[in-house]
Amino acid sequence: MKFMKKIFKYLKFFFLAELLLGLLLTLKYMLKKPVTINYPYEKGPLSPRFRGEHALRRYPNGEERCIACKLCEAVCPAQAITIEAEPRQDGIRRTTRYDIDMTKCIYCGLCEESCPVDAIVQGPNYEFATETRSELFYNKEKLLDNGDRWEHVLSNNLKLKK
Amino acid sequence: MNFINLDSLYLLGFIIFKIFILVFPLLLIVAFLTYAERKVIAAAQLRKGPNVVGIWGLLQPLADGIKLFSKESIFPSVSSKLVFIIAPMVAFSLSIAAWAVIPVADGWVISNINVGILYLFAISSLSVYGIIMAGWASNSKYAFMGAMRSAAQMVSYEVSMGLVIVCVLLCVGSLNLNNIVIAQEKTWFVFPLFPMFVIFIISALAETNRAPFDLPEDESSLVAGYFTEYSSMLFAMFFLGEYAAMILMSAMTTILFLGGWLPPFDFVIFNNLPGLFWFSLKTSFLLFLFLWIRATFPRFRYDQLMRIGWKVFLPISLAWVVITSGFLIVFDLLPGVK
Repeated sequence: MKFMKKIFKYLKFFFLAELLLGLLLTLKYMLKKPVTINYPYEKGPLSPRFRGEHALRRYPNGEERCIACKLCEAVCPAQAITIEAEPRQDGIRRTTRYDIDMTKCIYCGLCEESCPVDAIVQGPNYEFATETRSELFYNKEKLLDNGDRWEHVLSNNLKLKK
Repeated sequence: MNFINLDSLYLLGFIIFKIFILVFPLLLIVAFLTYAERKVIAAAQLRKGPNVVGIWGLLQPLADGIKLFSKESIFPSVSSKLVFIIAPMVAFSLSIAAWAVIPVADGWVISNINVGILYLFAISSLSVYGIIMAGWASNSKYAFMGAMRSAAQMVSYEVSMGLVIVCVLLCVGSLNLNNIVIAQEKTWFVFPLFPMFVIFIISALAETNRAPFDLPEDESSLVAGYFTEYSSMLFAMFFLGEYAAMILMSAMTTILFLGGWLPPFDFVIFNNLPGLFWFSLKTSFLLFLFLWIRATFPRFRYDQLMRIGWKVFLPISLAWVVITSGFLIVFDLLPGVK
């Protein structure tokens, strides 16, 4: 019996049994449907908690939400946020400068968690690659623009998170 | 000076015409083989492969070609420039030159010489020179190691390959590739010589530096092997040469074992189809096998490769030469002795 087993083993070796099994396996996979999604034309699902490009939101009446408490600046582990603030003409304290260095940002989401008025949020946009480095130094204007652009998704996501 | 007359000029023109007829489709097939490879491997890995340039990505090889043409050729400052430039040309032109004796259909061959198989074998052995020159001229350790591996590998697999060819030649009694195909009219040699067929296919993989024997271009240990320092068109020439060699090996296997342009059965419909059709069908099946194997098997270790070449294939093929010739003599089937 042991002898037969040995013979069988050698036969298997000689006829490349294992290799043929391997080839058969890949052939089976070749006939399956590919799992790839056709990226630029179709996209995968995103969670409402997805942390993508930053945005500064406004109130429905157009007033910016940020009150320049600088909690985000303080909590940012990468020190990517720089804020300067002084009272506006009507006496309300607002930021004069709100910069995020997107090359430093690690997308941890602490800024949006620390914000007491839901002003700074991370939106669903992850396609903001640029050709130069300086384009990634976002200023207040750019961030508010982002907020206006993505507001419908952002408010919905905030609702879903709560 | 009587060889320069109208007749010989006509003959020369005809030969050049035949060369163009062969080389252009060949280069086209080489280009699309790279596309096919990417598609086959993608399918095996549940991916889609190139699908953006043209319908189903069919123009991808064209895009790659344009990209490679328009790139800058970089010469390493310590390289020996002349050899560096000549090396890819040698590799490329040799793998094209071998096609001169391949009969793609009955009588469709540029030169029907009587030592066709010998010529083919000599050319495929020469192609190692392109690689060695590239490795030496680059003056880079990766390229050099890759070239050394490649040379050792090709030399050791050529030995068993030669013995496999001897087996076939014993059954044919001629070195002419046309005659080799015609001798397979009754049975293809793949049936009586099946173990030799397997050994030939595996040796062909090693000979063309294809996976799982692509040690000369083993990216995890040698970056890209002998063409590490190459870029742009010089790199593309190595690439084209490698794929042309792949097609050549498939064509060689078709001729030696799968009956060349002969149809598989003696049916009326099958016989009416042109020989070129059968030839390309068989060759493309073998090419698919090359790609399929690449999609399946991991790379061999260098000592395993050498062990298989010298300790497994060489004894088996040597024994098979003895068995074949013994069989042919005992049953009085030796061709040509009548």
